[in-house]
Amino acid sequence: MKSKLILIIIFIFLIFCFLIFYKGLDKPNTYTPKNNIEKNLPIFKAKDFYSNTYINSKNIFTEENYYIVNVWASWCVPCRKEHPLLMKLSKNKTIKLIGLNYRDNLKNANKFINELGNPYTQILIDKDGTLAVEFGAYGVPETFLIDRNKKIIRKFVGPINKSIIEEIKTIIK
Amino acid sequence: MLANQIGYYSLIAGLLFSVYLCVVSIKDFNNTNRNVSPNLITLSFLQLTFVVISFLSLILSFINSDFSNETVFNNSHTTKPLFYKISGTWGNHEGSLMLWLLVLTLFIFLFLIKSREQPKKYRILTLLFQQLIIIGFFLFVLMTSNPFNYLFPIPLEGLGLNPILQDPALAIHPPLLYLGYVGSSIIFSASLAAVAQNYISKEWGQHIKKWVLISWIFLTIGIMLGSIWAYYELGWGGFWFWDPVENVSLMPWLTLTALLHCILVLERRGALTSWVVILSITTFTLSMCGTFLVRSGILNSVHTFANDPARGIFILIFLFTLIFLSLGVFFLFYKDNNKDSNNFFWLSKESSILVNNWFMMYFLSVVLIGTVYPIFLDVISAEKISVGPPFYQKLIAPFLAPFLLFMAFGLKLKWIKSKIENKNSLIIFLIISVILTFFILKNITTDLFFYTILISAAFFLFFSTSKELFLKKFNNISQAVAHFGFSLLILSILFNGILSSEITTNIKVGEKYNYNNEEIFFEKIEEKNESNFNSIIGHFKITNDKGKVVELNPEIRVYNQPIIITSEADIKTTLLEDKFLVMNIVKGNEYFNIRYQVKPFMLWIWISVLILCLGGLLSIPKKKYEK
Repeated sequence: MKSKLILIIIFIFLIFCFLIFYKGLDKPNTYTPKNNIEKNLPIFKAKDFYSNTYINSKNIFTEENYYIVNVWASWCVPCRKEHPLLMKLSKNKTIKLIGLNYRDNLKNANKFINELGNPYTQILIDKDGTLAVEFGAYGVPETFLIDRNKKIIRKFVGPINKSIIEEIKTIIK
Repeated sequence: MLANQIGYYSLIAGLLFSVYLCVVSIKDFNNTNRNVSPNLITLSFLQLTFVVISFLSLILSFINSDFSNETVFNNSHTTKPLFYKISGTWGNHEGSLMLWLLVLTLFIFLFLIKSREQPKKYRILTLLFQQLIIIGFFLFVLMTSNPFNYLFPIPLEGLGLNPILQDPALAIHPPLLYLGYVGSSIIFSASLAAVAQNYISKEWGQHIKKWVLISWIFLTIGIMLGSIWAYYELGWGGFWFWDPVENVSLMPWLTLTALLHCILVLERRGALTSWVVILSITTFTLSMCGTFLVRSGILNSVHTFANDPARGIFILIFLFTLIFLSLGVFFLFYKDNNKDSNNFFWLSKESSILVNNWFMMYFLSVVLIGTVYPIFLDVISAEKISVGPPFYQKLIAPFLAPFLLFMAFGLKLKWIKSKIENKNSLIIFLIISVILTFFILKNITTDLFFYTILISAAFFLFFSTSKELFLKKFNNISQAVAHFGFSLLILSILFNGILSSEITTNIKVGEKYNYNNEEIFFEKIEEKNESNFNSIIGHFKITNDKGKVVELNPEIRVYNQPIIITSEADIKTTLLEDKFLVMNIVKGNEYFNIRYQVKPFMLWIWISVLILCLGGLLSIPKKKYEK
């Protein structure tokens, strides 16, 4: 009798532990601190993707507009996933997308754009990956939101998803 | 690319062998032959071979930087030195599971070879239980974490291994820790098999003791290497942070230590059988639980590689299946054959081991609650708390002193019935310890009373184990060495904790800073380029009041793939103390932020752990427990 009771108690306790852990799995515990610190745009010179000439950064961010700088590469798998979302976003008139082609092969990059479309008003080549570092990128894909005062106000590590698109849309309204 | 295919199909072959092994062993179980069919050993060997092939092909993909393999793409880079390409194989989720499988299959094969004189049915049941675990892991790897996923188009460059994992101590820390973790799987399977066969006896104790010792040694060294890594690489200037991930390695260690002592009682007296079985089950369950907590992303730490809920759910279900299975086996089959032998005379070695067990269980529950409670609270009330070192120190410290005193007395006791001998020398030791501690601590600490008790107990244990080791004839050298190592460890940890001091300040090149009779001089900085990182090296000179100069050169590394900045501490180790200096960049400023620490007896912590392991090692070749 006594041992049966113990057995039942142990059983219930274990089931309880299981449920707690099961619920706990739904709550991802990793959180990335929001990077809200405003940062000035770096001043740089970069090669244009199509004309193959050097452009000064002052001549890129000219208009009184919000800008997005998106770091991408044809070899980057998540970039492929976020590309349709960028295409949709590029239809928005109040924002301009600048692509930063990171450590890529030109031929593959061209193929990538031809295949999936070009959401960018301008694409810059970052052959050795130094430009991405200037912006403070950790890797590809990564996206920076720049406001009208030419300050980086948001940084999104990893591929863009629908909730990030919503966040960007509310900011630029 | 070819390696990818070979690796993947070998894995599947390994799984098929598991299933086939189960079928053959069930057939053999009902067979009337007296010995285990040699087929089983051959099959087990073939399974091991396939897992080895699979593992080697993953290593090969890493060496060749074959980025068509997703695991390699995510965790490697062409500029990484060869050594870290290889160690990167198990520095990630998929690869580390391959390592689990490798060790699981290796150990069951070794078990089959080494247990020839054991009863047939017991061996087959052990094999069956072990294969259940192995099948679970095969399915886990193949279904949720396949290391041979194929990428197309093939990326030009990989994403790189997290730089803080690029460290020699860390390259060998996972394999050793896993040998300990997974070694406990054999103990788990064997004890379940022994319960089912009603074979928990002196003979069984003798036979399983080797496995317990081997797992214990690997686990101890594995934990130590992890701790050394945290000390050198994380730059926090400590060796134990009560981080959940450290805790999950400590918990199986506590149960395994208790088990080790129970096995001695079992071997000698045929008693404490239920303790032995329960501890065997708990040790492996805790190891699995550690894997679950770390790999599922339910805890946030450096060891969390991926947040894939499917993985978490798989391990969770697998873990609880094993728990229910083992409890079922225990309640259905366990019989206490030898009830009388559990009545010990109060003053005997057996009783003292029992006391030791209860202390271990207390320490275990403190660590367990501290680790798991935040998860429970988060789920039930959505409240986030963090349990830190003060919790553990407050709950463990008061029980440490009586634990050490009991240990010192217990070591003197004999089996069955004992008298306290040499009462005078014990009292003298105790008085010396208290006086010594009092004079050492008088000017250092504010909480004199508490620390005097704690450290006197540690000294008392140290004196009695030293006497045992150096003055007595070597009648039980392994025990004397291990306990001496343990007492030295406790003493080093306590003094390290009380006497450590540190200073944080901002300083620029050419400046001097005075601290505790020492002068820190920032001489110059130097830049250096390596294949996988660029570094800034600071040159510091530290002069003490006697004019002795120590040079320290901490480093700031900027890794290129992925781009991460790390601080490499520079540590000058001497017999008595470590000087530890780490520097950081202060944004937009010519100043550097430095942290300078003086940590006494650091070296002794590592040495004493090694002595502790040596004690374990010495007792492996012994055929029978000596007096």
